[in-house]
Amino acid sequence: MNLKLARDNGAATDAERRLASPLAVRGLTVSYGQKPAVFSVDMTVRAGHMTAIIGPNGAGKSTLLKAALGILKPLAGTVTVLGQPVAWRRDHIAYVPQRASVDWDFPTRVIDVVLMGMYGQLGLLGRVRPRHRAQAMDCLERVGMADFATRQIGQLSGGQQQRVFLARALAQGADLYLLDEPFAGVDAATEQAIITVLKGLRDAGKTVVAVHHDLSTVRDYFDDVFLINTQAVAEGPVETTFTQENLQTAYGGRLAGAQMDALAETLSGTSAR
Amino acid sequence: MSGSEFVPLSLVPMLIGVCVAVACALPGNFLLLRRQALIGDAISHVVLPGIVVAFLLTGIVASLPMLLGAAGAALVAVAAIEAIRRLGKIEPGAAMGVVFTTMFAGGVLLLEMSDTSAVHLDVEHALYGNLESLIWLDATGWSSLWDPQALAYLPVELPRMAGALGLVALFIAVFWRPLKISTFDEGFARTMGMQTGPLGLALVVVAAIAAVAAFDAVGSIIVIAMFICPPAAARLMTNRLETQVAWSVVFATVAAVAGYVLAGYGPLWLGAADSVSAAGMIATVSGVLVAGAALMGPARR
Repeated sequence: MNLKLARDNGAATDAERRLASPLAVRGLTVSYGQKPAVFSVDMTVRAGHMTAIIGPNGAGKSTLLKAALGILKPLAGTVTVLGQPVAWRRDHIAYVPQRASVDWDFPTRVIDVVLMGMYGQLGLLGRVRPRHRAQAMDCLERVGMADFATRQIGQLSGGQQQRVFLARALAQGADLYLLDEPFAGVDAATEQAIITVLKGLRDAGKTVVAVHHDLSTVRDYFDDVFLINTQAVAEGPVETTFTQENLQTAYGGRLAGAQMDALAETLSGTSAR
Repeated sequence: MSGSEFVPLSLVPMLIGVCVAVACALPGNFLLLRRQALIGDAISHVVLPGIVVAFLLTGIVASLPMLLGAAGAALVAVAAIEAIRRLGKIEPGAAMGVVFTTMFAGGVLLLEMSDTSAVHLDVEHALYGNLESLIWLDATGWSSLWDPQALAYLPVELPRMAGALGLVALFIAVFWRPLKISTFDEGFARTMGMQTGPLGLALVVVAAIAAVAAFDAVGSIIVIAMFICPPAAARLMTNRLETQVAWSVVFATVAAVAGYVLAGYGPLWLGAADSVSAAGMIATVSGVLVAGAALMGPARR
């Protein structure tokens, strides 16, 4: 009864929000050595929105993402996907790692990489059938890489490699897409292609979370921001949360003056609009 | 060469050579791509102290205790490599180097100090094996392959090695996708729920099984060569993992057969009187194949 009232008033409790969230993190602490890389972080991602994880270098952005995915074991904390442990919801999640994290000399072709995304469907010994290939080609088509299907992955440019990674994530057919710096070191055309695909996913009701480092594009690309510097700094819609004060807190004065000025311009420009 | 000469003298060593070569080359493909190629080297060296200890404990040269000793030593080595890598924060290649040289040297010392002169167990045997001595005296020709009486006296190394090859091939076939995905992109593999740690360990254990089974028949030189050379040559032939593994099987087979024939008859053709070590020649041929692929392979860079 009370719960229902609360919902009607638009003031959901924390427990309710966590259950409904495609990715909710509570008290997450991860450490590589003595010093924690991520300390006691709470994060609740809104379904059907695009969230940017923002913070200075070494702030624990990638670590947060990897711990949320279960790639890294946290010291403490819980991660839930739609209210369930992440391990039970693997087929709901697609992941695009940092491009530099894999061996691009690996003997495999573009189409084979995309087919890796269908492991959840194919299982250990399932045959790759024409419909799987057609599905993989369709994913490549969506990122504009269909013409490169039989190329060896090492022959691609950085931007093309990133698009292939995105196609592999699309092949996973997930509801939640987690991307680690998808725009790092890619050309402008690729950046446009990727953001178009991601916005398309969002408009289709999917949830997108990306570690992002280019502060000047946050307002154009994302709905929500999550600011982190080892600890969570702020979380919420871009309009109310992506503010100069929050950025100064997150970056702790490490934001260069020129960068801050340029940013102030985009901030004021957007609010005047 | 007639069947009555070929079958008893050459068929079995040749088949064992092929089984060893393929059984080592299959996991070698993944070890190479994971930058763990030296683990085969490490395993094949550490097997020696395990065998010597097994001999000292039992006092007999029997297959089962030796295999157990070798397997035990391989496990100790894998654990020691991991421990040194983590505790000492030393890179994996160096950790392997430390462990296998120390354990091999320890095995040599043990062998020299103990009284093994009466039995066929020495350093040379450990390195080159005794492939040529695995003859099938009960065979009289090709028909012996269907003769149960003759088959009963088939050298035990052949079925043992064929079994090891079957096990290795089964492991690679069943876990093909997880092995491929986790070798290419371990983080992604984990997000799909693959247990990449146990899988990597299983790969090393399977490689160890191949190495231990092969050691007795062919010694460590050929094992090291077959873990690395056929996959390395195959990588230069193609940009697809499936094709690479197929090529590695072809190269391993070619090296085993050509190496055995060259060792037996090459010196005679050159006018020398004796034949040379088959294991040494097989390893040499595999090295030549890598050189050829490096010069002419279509996928070299």
